[in-house]
Amino acid sequence: MWRNLATLVRYRGLIRSLVARELKARYRGSVLGFFWSFVNPLLLLIIYSIVFAVFLPNRVEGIQPYALFLFCGLLPWTWFSTSLNEAANVLLSGGNLIKKVLFPAEILPIVSVLANMVHFFLGLPILAGFLIYHAFGSEHLIALHWQELVWLPVVILVQLVLTTGLALLIAPLTVHFRDIRDILSNLLTFWFFATPIIYWWNTPELLGYKWFFDLNPFTHLAVSYQEILFFPQNAFGHRAWLIALGVASVVVFFVGYWVFDRLRDSLAEAV
Amino acid sequence: MTPAIELTSVTKLYRRYGGRQFSTLKSALLSGSITAHLKPSETFQALQDVSFTVPRGQTLGVIGRNGSGKSTALKLVAGITKPTSGTVRVDGRISALIELGAGFHPEISGRENVFINGIMLGLSRREIQQRFDEIVEFAELEEFIDAPVKTYSSGMYMRLGFAVAIHVDPDVLLVDEVLAVGDEGFTHKCLDKFAEFKRRNKTILLVTHSLGLVERFCDEALWLDRGTKRGHGDPTSIIGAYMTDVERQEEQLLADTDARARQQADETPSTTGPVDAGDAAVDMMQAVEGRWGSGGVEITAVTLTGSTGEATHIFHTGEAIAVRLAVTAAQPVTDFVFGIGIFTAEGTFVYGTNTFIEEYEPDVLSGDAEVTFNVDSLDLVEGTYKLDVAVHRRDGAAYDYHRLLYTFRVKSRLKDVGIYRPQHSWTFSDGIRFRLKP
Repeated sequence: MWRNLATLVRYRGLIRSLVARELKARYRGSVLGFFWSFVNPLLLLIIYSIVFAVFLPNRVEGIQPYALFLFCGLLPWTWFSTSLNEAANVLLSGGNLIKKVLFPAEILPIVSVLANMVHFFLGLPILAGFLIYHAFGSEHLIALHWQELVWLPVVILVQLVLTTGLALLIAPLTVHFRDIRDILSNLLTFWFFATPIIYWWNTPELLGYKWFFDLNPFTHLAVSYQEILFFPQNAFGHRAWLIALGVASVVVFFVGYWVFDRLRDSLAEAV
Repeated sequence: MTPAIELTSVTKLYRRYGGRQFSTLKSALLSGSITAHLKPSETFQALQDVSFTVPRGQTLGVIGRNGSGKSTALKLVAGITKPTSGTVRVDGRISALIELGAGFHPEISGRENVFINGIMLGLSRREIQQRFDEIVEFAELEEFIDAPVKTYSSGMYMRLGFAVAIHVDPDVLLVDEVLAVGDEGFTHKCLDKFAEFKRRNKTILLVTHSLGLVERFCDEALWLDRGTKRGHGDPTSIIGAYMTDVERQEEQLLADTDARARQQADETPSTTGPVDAGDAAVDMMQAVEGRWGSGGVEITAVTLTGSTGEATHIFHTGEAIAVRLAVTAAQPVTDFVFGIGIFTAEGTFVYGTNTFIEEYEPDVLSGDAEVTFNVDSLDLVEGTYKLDVAVHRRDGAAYDYHRLLYTFRVKSRLKDVGIYRPQHSWTFSDGIRFRLKP
């Protein structure tokens, strides 16, 4: 396992090329091309703003403007869920490669995670733009405190490690149990609503469920993003949980990698 | 010196499809092998205790029928799958030409795919940069290298895949039946490239059905049959042994087919067969297998024998052939004609004759008897042929008519075309010279 991990480092050039290929291939042939990576989150944010201001007004105290609050959790969630869904498919759709070319198959789920991370990064400027616009232009007191922003890379890193670990775990298991693909997409829907993304968790009526939220690793990521980006007036109070999750994520990564490594030889036959 | 490729009592089990999925996962997780916890009935033995070595700089041709384990052996050498037991050792950088362009992404350009494919095969970006022009030139794709790969024809796709794989500059090259991809010119170029590899003392493992290629090109041949090693050594003798075996199998297959056709014909005896010779001749144009007749005389057995005198279904062009009919007449008959017809597999009537046409006046036929139709030299080109045999009255009314119930195959070293191969020779005047074949 350690030797294979070392080989993986040797393949970083390939990972980089494959991520670039993934991104290029995605927009090849479209008129706006790469620009869609900005346009997609922009349009989504505009739609949410209109819906939750006009059609379905959300007046919950403390999380206004709601569309922005929603977006702080939604953007990382999209990275997370899309990565896992793709990881569940990637070994099957890349079966040709595994069967005919000798190369470390774990590259495929890793590429899925990284390609989606790039999309996440491209969505961040849109979010930042809206946050800044609101900080200056509205009566709501949202100020960006740059001190809090230094935590943002840490949150992203923790999410990257966690997502990669889960992707490495899911990808080879799906080859053996195709059912996982469908189980996963349903599980992710449930997981989405169980995570404080579309609502704020620290409200009196949800206090009784705190243990439940604490068990959910994505809670700590979502809350971290929200505290750093949306509630910068408070000190980043979730850092202890984030660090604990970071340690747990490293464990998840190694468990995922171990399972992948163990199942590696069976992949070419089971795909 | 250590050999470039060394397989030591390698056995490879595959899981039969639809087995218990959970136990395969469990055994894969616990013991690192997908088949460890499966019953023998749930596995399939693709290779069985196979050992061979390929010394550095040698070319080994692997032959065998479909499903004999050739590709499995190649994948084991390539490291794509692991042996269930035994060891595989390969010395040096490997490039496997198993499926060309396996890693190509259809949406991006040929240029980008060359880079990614090259990196997948173990080259560095700089190495690809250096070889890029050579690769494109070899693939003959200068014009199209910046077009997305999805717009390529399958030939272009394969050529590019081949060009990248061959420019990896491996020490050990594994080739799985990929030469069939290009046109004549490209195939020659590939063979030249292989020859260059040989000159540069690289090791090549070639899996192919083209026996001619193995004979011309390989230092040694390995014959696999249902996962076991049947022979390893000098290509000419191994190929000879393999061909004999294939013919024997074919023989068995033809005999089985004939037996089945006859059984079917017996089960559904036709009473609506043509009654007179004129009808029979017309009917030959729409050849359908069958058997009919009044049964006054019965053909009880038909045997084809070759020059050795043994019953067979495989003949060689120019060989002697004899068709022996065992007949039996319950009551003596005085009006009888024996006939024979040869058809190609497509139904073209090649030749027909009978004893009446050849002016044998029937006198009497009674009890059990034998008729033999002797051909000194079977002057047909390679192919599959079918036989009609019949005994009927002079007016054509059949006693027993066997329509296309017997099959034989003609083999030829030469691939001449048509149906009839007259015995012939060529003569040349002065001023025309041919080189002797090596």
